[in-house]
Amino acid sequence: MHAYVIRRLLALIPTLFFASLIVFVSMRVIPGDVVDLMLAQNDIATGQDRERIEASLGLDKPLHIQYVQWIGGALVGDLGHSLWQNTPVTELILARLPITFELGLLALFVALTVAIPIGIYSALYQDTAGDYIARSFSLLMLAVPSFWLGTLVMVFPSVWWRWSPPLEFVPFFEDPVRNLAHMLVPAILLGLSLSAVTMRMTRTTMLEVLRQDYIRTARAKGLSEPMVVLRHALRNGLIPVVTLIGLQAPLLIGGAVILEQIFVVPGMGLLLLEAVSQRDYPVISGVFLIVGVGVLFINLAVDLSYGWLDPRVRRR
Amino acid sequence: MSGHLLSIEDLSVTFRSERGPVRAVHSVSLHVDEGETLAIVGESGSGKSVTALSILRLIGDAGRIDRGRILFDGRDLLTLDKAGIRSIRGDRISMIFQEPMSSLNPVLTVGKQVAEPIRLHRGKSWAQAMEDAAELLERVAIPDARERLGDYPHQFSGGMRQRVMIAMALACQPRLIIADEPTTALDVTVQAQILHLLKELTRELRSALILITHDLGVVARYADRVAVMYAGRVVETAPARALYARPSHPYTLGLMASIPGLDAPAGTRLPTIRGQPPDLANLPEGCPFVPRCPHARAICSSAVPPLEPVGPDHLRACYGFE
Repeated sequence: MHAYVIRRLLALIPTLFFASLIVFVSMRVIPGDVVDLMLAQNDIATGQDRERIEASLGLDKPLHIQYVQWIGGALVGDLGHSLWQNTPVTELILARLPITFELGLLALFVALTVAIPIGIYSALYQDTAGDYIARSFSLLMLAVPSFWLGTLVMVFPSVWWRWSPPLEFVPFFEDPVRNLAHMLVPAILLGLSLSAVTMRMTRTTMLEVLRQDYIRTARAKGLSEPMVVLRHALRNGLIPVVTLIGLQAPLLIGGAVILEQIFVVPGMGLLLLEAVSQRDYPVISGVFLIVGVGVLFINLAVDLSYGWLDPRVRRR
Repeated sequence: MSGHLLSIEDLSVTFRSERGPVRAVHSVSLHVDEGETLAIVGESGSGKSVTALSILRLIGDAGRIDRGRILFDGRDLLTLDKAGIRSIRGDRISMIFQEPMSSLNPVLTVGKQVAEPIRLHRGKSWAQAMEDAAELLERVAIPDARERLGDYPHQFSGGMRQRVMIAMALACQPRLIIADEPTTALDVTVQAQILHLLKELTRELRSALILITHDLGVVARYADRVAVMYAGRVVETAPARALYARPSHPYTLGLMASIPGLDAPAGTRLPTIRGQPPDLANLPEGCPFVPRCPHARAICSSAVPPLEPVGPDHLRACYGFE
């Protein structure tokens, strides 16, 4: 088991290397350059100024040298400095990471508490009115983009009732209630969009599992239906659902970026948007790198959880 | 009131299908006495498994029991409420299924699966129930039973899994065990061991056994009485010896003739029953065996022949033939 985890961790290295390369290069080829933005802001547009700024930011060196310097620093936890604020990128990210993490966790919690019970219900009462309602709802959640829904949630209550969701961020450890009140709306929107596919997957796999011979065996023992479903069917049915949740992790992060913008949640998503509009290369690269690491580790955790869910793939 | 442990009276079961309702079991009456082994014999589609599953009301959503009574200990299992039938399942009546590969839950340990009915029906703690499970696994002769409690089904061979199923069925010392083709999916060498074990353990517990099979050879060795089913009906029922001595229905005769014998001269063709197994959605008028019967007469197509005695405790559904 330990050997397996170590092997999996080693396999992350080439993936991360390529991901970092793509992130680094693609940021430099998009039009608009950080120095242009700085010059435009300060109104001192001479060629010499440009060279001086480039040199001071280290942007005059060839791209591959810049990359090697950046990745070398990243290996020891130094992601460079923001080009605008001169603060260490690591510091910026560490301040924002827990907020996005909280949003993602809340959204995942919402997604699972909505999707799994409804998925089970839909499977148990296949082709009844309840099943159709649940499936229509999930299709709707799948079709409606969360940024649109987010905008609606912002606009309509304020027009109708002169009320809008709270937009003031309060750190969790300062005032958990106000923090959750702020985070809850984006978390629900993000969670609902994730729940759509998860609910459909739960329904499909539960339908499959409930037809298995061992379910009949469980009933023949005299177990009640809730025990048959919870003890015998659910764990078998959740194996593919867990995979799906791993695959949805990038979606979760992508959704967070947009919803953070709408609901003014100062997380990684907001940091990224600001950095992109200012072409703050080290911040962008740093955020992407951390997101990449996050996604890879979520998927590793998913793979490891199979061993717990399914003894047939357990490694000794 | 009958003195039988279990008596099925006039049971009819219908299944929904794409081609409309299909009657899988038609007016079946059977009984089992305390400690007795009844074999139900028939080809696939004869209704033998559906009859067995109906006893514990496990036929699933597509099937419906239209008519009949199933009396067990004087109570009609078909009219019990859900909690009532659940208290019978796995406690007073237990089942062993055909496929040991798929009938055990792949994500639960074998110990937990065997202990589950004990915990459920005897109200014991998990620790005590696991202790009982270890003893049960020893009784079904699983080597190193105690160490294997924490193993999962995929770590056992087919024969060993069927032993686990037997241990599970015996857990609450049921009065009746229903074994639905318990050896069909197993290697021939293992089949005899499993049947022998099942017979021996039911004898020790003085449980009755309903053995569902398509193999008349199995019947001869293990059954006290036999019911032969065809197209959802019982066509002949008799004590095992009487059935072998004097098979009286043309279908039973055909089944007997198609058992390969070691004393037959080399090169002889094995006799078979001509024609196709019946299509339940499209049965002929009268006796369902008419299209395949070598003795069919005009009367056979007029009405279904009733079960009538041809000897002591020996009934057949046939208008007779020479």
